[in-house]
Amino acid sequence: MTGRASLPAPQHLMADAFLTLNHISKSFAGVQALDDVSLVVKPGEAHCLVGENGSGKSTLIKIIAGVVTPDSGDIVINGRSFQRLYPMDAIREGIQVIYQDFSLFPNLTVAENIALNYQLSRNVRVVRWGQVHQIAQTALDKIGVRLPLDVEVESISVADKQLVAICRALVQNARLIIMDEATTALTEKEIRALFRVIRNVQQEGVAVLFVSHKLNEVLEIADKVMIIRNGRVVVDTDVASLDRSKLTYYMTGRQIEEADYDYRPTNEQPLLEVRHLSSRGNFEDISFALRPGEILGITGLLGSGRTELALSLFGVLPVDSGEILIDGQPAHVRDIQSAIHHGIGYVPEDRLTEGLFLDQSISRNIVIRTIDTLTRPGGLLSISQVNRQVRYWVEQLSIKTHDPELPAKSLSGGNQQRVVLAKWLASKPRILILNGPTVGVDVGSKMELHEIIKNLAREGIGILVISDDIPELLHLCNRILLMRRGRVAGVFDRPEITEAELTARLTEATSMARPAG
Amino acid sequence: MSAPDASYKPLPKARLALDGNLLRLLIACVTIFVAMSLLKPDVFPTPENFLSMGSQFPEIGILAIAIMITMLTGGIDLSVVSVANLSGVLAALVIRALIPPNATDGQVILGLIIAVAVAFLAGAVAGLINGALIAYVNLTPILATLGTMTLYTGLTVAMTRGNAVFAENRLTFIGTANLLGIIPIPLVIFAVVVVIFAVVLNRTSFGLKLYMLGSNMNAARFSGINVRRVLLMTYMLSGLLAAVVAIIFLGRNNSAKWDFAPSYVLQAIVVAVLAGVNPSGGSGRIAGIVLAILALQFVSTGMNMLLFTISGGQFFKEFAWGALLLIIMVANSYSEGRRLSPRHKPKTD
Repeated sequence: MTGRASLPAPQHLMADAFLTLNHISKSFAGVQALDDVSLVVKPGEAHCLVGENGSGKSTLIKIIAGVVTPDSGDIVINGRSFQRLYPMDAIREGIQVIYQDFSLFPNLTVAENIALNYQLSRNVRVVRWGQVHQIAQTALDKIGVRLPLDVEVESISVADKQLVAICRALVQNARLIIMDEATTALTEKEIRALFRVIRNVQQEGVAVLFVSHKLNEVLEIADKVMIIRNGRVVVDTDVASLDRSKLTYYMTGRQIEEADYDYRPTNEQPLLEVRHLSSRGNFEDISFALRPGEILGITGLLGSGRTELALSLFGVLPVDSGEILIDGQPAHVRDIQSAIHHGIGYVPEDRLTEGLFLDQSISRNIVIRTIDTLTRPGGLLSISQVNRQVRYWVEQLSIKTHDPELPAKSLSGGNQQRVVLAKWLASKPRILILNGPTVGVDVGSKMELHEIIKNLAREGIGILVISDDIPELLHLCNRILLMRRGRVAGVFDRPEITEAELTARLTEATSMARPAG
Repeated sequence: MSAPDASYKPLPKARLALDGNLLRLLIACVTIFVAMSLLKPDVFPTPENFLSMGSQFPEIGILAIAIMITMLTGGIDLSVVSVANLSGVLAALVIRALIPPNATDGQVILGLIIAVAVAFLAGAVAGLINGALIAYVNLTPILATLGTMTLYTGLTVAMTRGNAVFAENRLTFIGTANLLGIIPIPLVIFAVVVVIFAVVLNRTSFGLKLYMLGSNMNAARFSGINVRRVLLMTYMLSGLLAAVVAIIFLGRNNSAKWDFAPSYVLQAIVVAVLAGVNPSGGSGRIAGIVLAILALQFVSTGMNMLLFTISGGQFFKEFAWGALLLIIMVANSYSEGRRLSPRHKPKTD
């Protein structure tokens, strides 16, 4: 271990600030991105930066990293004041930013990724391969993780890539590691592991600035929380003084009451019934029924078969055996067209590659599903019908855009998801499968999407929600189906299970799905 | 609107000004025209020259539209010229077989109708084969149509033993006559094709699906678009356009041959790219094709007039085309780069 590990820890109570930002302001083209923001980060401290999309979080990170120069205010690092901070200064002072894409070299090995930057920064002309291994191993030991050193980075999991990025930062003598939306692509178990690593890093006296909009993570990992909204600091306080509802309120500026879905059971014939459905290698012997007005949650870890099940119901993935009944009649869902014919709609997991036409206009994205019906007698498109439909859905789902002719990529995540929803709702589906309906959507928008989904169910649509966001499922669904290794591992009626229980069942599934070693 | 607009736009707004590429093309067109008119005032801006230019570009223009629609899906059709030659040879054979030298007017008309129908049928079938290879066998469009290009050419050679087939002057009116005494018939055909495809791309659900599919094939599938059917239709339309070109070829040359105009494929691709059609799919307008082909025609004619006294001057056309293409592409990339640079980015968060 290094010498620094022998320092008494936690030491931040007595230590001086590592980083101080004083009254930072920054505007872009007349838009005030940051307004009089001050921040103090002490060694070994875990600081969370919370805010909705567009709140100014990214700008603040870029200022700390020296990528963006503030209009006013000053930056003090290690007692040294910087009028103009350049990226090289920031790195030299020990500030390391881990961006969402990690900026690793996919074709180099784990060891090379960890150690090469260090060697480069020391102007080593000839790479010393023996040292590369040693440096990498030391860094991995420091955070208490084991990774194969000689495997190429492109072949390891997202979570492991992140660990590699953390090690690389440590090797470059990081004093402050900034992690931007670090948990977005991670499973529950990987998040736990990441948090353990972060605590180890803190023990080394390294501060962590953790950017997130996932409230439960913030409450778990942070010592201090700073919430910004519209470029202003709303709260900067110890985590102990906050809870989830306060966080939400500060973030959105609204008191949002989330009422759970009020499903009243009926004896109506199920819209959709699945009997002993199997698809080799994907899922096995799945049975459930979905009645009008029901919101059925399907959860499980990545690889539990939840997405594959959805794809089979939508006709993408062939099934080997079992039955799908729609309105009590056996339905042969052999491709997407026949699924649509049976009134099934599917909002895919990956909005960007499967759900949206990013370069095409918002209006085109909305009407594409129903375009064949928006024609005049001669077969040509009716522009007035197209416009009416676009206007209706933009209003109905409050899609925030000043011109629906702008490309879909101009929208925020939450609004993009509304466009995908609008596309399907326009075709009046009777069964709607939502795969990860609020992934990458900020809190305020997420709650509005939840309201939309609940209202759809109240109108009698049967909804399947696939998600690993437990609070979301508990809030939305009247019944939750837990999948594990392709099989149903439990069915829970909403009032009968608590968040803690469901999380435990999911985690239990983790330990079973991934035997130690 | 002066030129047909190929982008589907529900809201009636002037989009021409917003589209930088079209604007640059228009500027290039006007600049070249004015420059040539100033340099050669006695021969360039004359009715005779306009008619001459108008009769020169229709084939490449129509082939460029064929390339464009396949590019909109993210593909390409390299077989267009070989399909045109196959269709042309078949039409010429039909004319020889059905219209005797001393035929009555009725026989001639019937024979020509059948000949054109056979050419269109051949174009459609050839296009459907391309589409099937791409949509059902999942071959890469560039490889599939490279293969069929050779296949169709080989078929044409086999049918004719490599010889030209003459059309007995039955279609030469297309190449020589003018509508209302002034407008060359190939130009009329080009205009009709432009209008039809502007409507198809703008105002039909097929047109919208074509753009969407080219923009994101996966999302198109997940949105319930019958991707295979749209691809089949697109390549069939491309084949039909090749057949239209075949009829113009026959009208101009009075004969069809397997190796006619092979360079037209690349020239048509140049026109489509210059027109701003995105080779990876999803965007491009018919108006761009019209402007691009005009700009290129002005350049070639102007250069011929300027350099015809110099030996080898006629080869300058290729150079001028290449230079124009590169200039427009550099201008596009520069303007895009500026938009992406941080200085011009309004807000980063």
